[in-house]
Amino acid sequence: MNESTATAKQSFITRLANPSRFIGLADRLIPWLTGIGLALTAIGLIGGWMAPEDYQQGATVRIMYLHVPFAWLAMMVYGVMTLAALGTLVWRHPIADISLKAAAPIGAVFTVLALFTGSVWGKPMWGTWWVWDARLTSMFVLFLIYLGLIALTRATPEPGQAARAAAIVTLVGALNLPIIKFSVDWWNTLHQPASVFRAGGPTIDWSMLWPLLVAALGFTILFAALHLTAMRTEIWRRRVYTMRRLAAQRADSAVRGAA
Amino acid sequence: MIGLFYRDVRLSIAAGGGAFVALLFFLAIVTIIPFGVGPDLKLLGEIGPAVLWIGALLSGLLGLDRLFALDREDGSLDLFIMASGRQPLVLTVFIKCLAHFAGIVLPLVIAAPLLGLLLNMTALSIGATVLTLLVGAPAISFVGAVGAAVTVALPRGGLLVAILVLPLLIPVLIFGVSAANGAVRDPDPFMAPFLILAALTLFFAVIGPVAAAYALLVETHPIAENAADPYEEDGWFEHSETVGQEK
Amino acid sequence: MSHFFYIAAAYIVSAITLGGLAAWLVGDMRARRRELAHLHETGHRRRSDRQETLREIE
Repeated sequence: MNESTATAKQSFITRLANPSRFIGLADRLIPWLTGIGLALTAIGLIGGWMAPEDYQQGATVRIMYLHVPFAWLAMMVYGVMTLAALGTLVWRHPIADISLKAAAPIGAVFTVLALFTGSVWGKPMWGTWWVWDARLTSMFVLFLIYLGLIALTRATPEPGQAARAAAIVTLVGALNLPIIKFSVDWWNTLHQPASVFRAGGPTIDWSMLWPLLVAALGFTILFAALHLTAMRTEIWRRRVYTMRRLAAQRADSAVRGAA
Repeated sequence: MIGLFYRDVRLSIAAGGGAFVALLFFLAIVTIIPFGVGPDLKLLGEIGPAVLWIGALLSGLLGLDRLFALDREDGSLDLFIMASGRQPLVLTVFIKCLAHFAGIVLPLVIAAPLLGLLLNMTALSIGATVLTLLVGAPAISFVGAVGAAVTVALPRGGLLVAILVLPLLIPVLIFGVSAANGAVRDPDPFMAPFLILAALTLFFAVIGPVAAAYALLVETHPIAENAADPYEEDGWFEHSETVGQEK
Repeated sequence: MSHFFYIAAAYIVSAITLGGLAAWLVGDMRARRRELAHLHETGHRRRSDRQETLREIE
């Protein structure tokens, strides 16, 4: 962190490298984010229930208000993790590694929920729980990558030992995701010429769009709250680890000094 | 450089090396397929390219956990890193990938035609599958090197490599099998997926060694690389705190 | 009204899963906080603890 030409924004991010300062900020933000996120999500979902039913899909269109935000978050969380990986490797920002490690399980949960709500939506609509559709398959691969990253970040007893490894894998995964999407599209058109999705479907009516946008915003803010909570916990976990190790060292040297 | 290549190939082929085990594993996978799907020769012939590709993919992952772990144990990894002024580490990793391909994956590719006969594949289908394996299988080594490098310092790294690498190899599998099938089935194209497969291998040949070499550098020298090491003082991130106050 | 079953399943499972995630995160947080408090009580303190409180005041 030797960039002497620190702009206001950079210096703010640099200041956050101090974990105590970060915890102070998180302490103040988390209650607000939780409240606003819950409120917006509730408004969006209730608005979704009030909105008219889709003339084709009937009542099941209500699932959209969950499915679309989850799918959006599944991708956005990976974006956050990619930024964090860059932060770890390029700027060696100490919080970036914590951000990556804390975001992985949350991203995996949103991905699995997106898959589940899509599956529950697909059953009454297409008559099957699962199709090897391009979008579903790409999502599933994303879920596998999340699981691999979770396994990697928790593979060592010492928290944060696998930080750079996880960052490198995240970046390689980010480079690969467009390729995977492209190849799955190719594979899908080869195997399933009649797609279940209407190509260029009708635009969504405003009465259905605004609850969707509000719900997506609400879930995004809820993610921020969850993420900050997990990051704060991770900082504490590392403190506990370091303090325990030092305590053991002191006890050890005390015993040796006595002997 | 060439010496390193020969050394690695010799190590993998020699007794206790990975080549023989990988070959047996490949054989085992292909052998159990008919017991799973039934002895329908027509069906077996149709899914043959896919079976060979999946078998080669899984078997190729076998030797990966030893790719850098052996060098780390006997200290030659440190020599590679120290010699990176004369020979860039990326190049060393690239050669090690090629050696992994030649020592472990190539025997699989050579054995593939024999196993193809067991699966009732036609000569054209076998030829196409071997060709796509030759072009596509190096990607296994290149992507696998990243997985091997990031897990080199971790306990129980072997299975993690497979978990991390397999999702990333899905595109290679898709285009490899597509091209192999395209050569046989009439309406499906052969050239387009084949060229994309070649492009994928070249892409991974660049990305893989670069990422793997970087991972080896930061994994084996964590303290020197990381200016703000969190664990050396009791005031967690003491360094970054002082950095923050300089501003 | 079998559609209702699917919609209810989607909402209920999503709520349970997200609730479970939040509960896990909060439980983890409480456990770490307890460990820190315990370490504090037994006299293990970080060097910068005093500075921190000062910094928080300013």
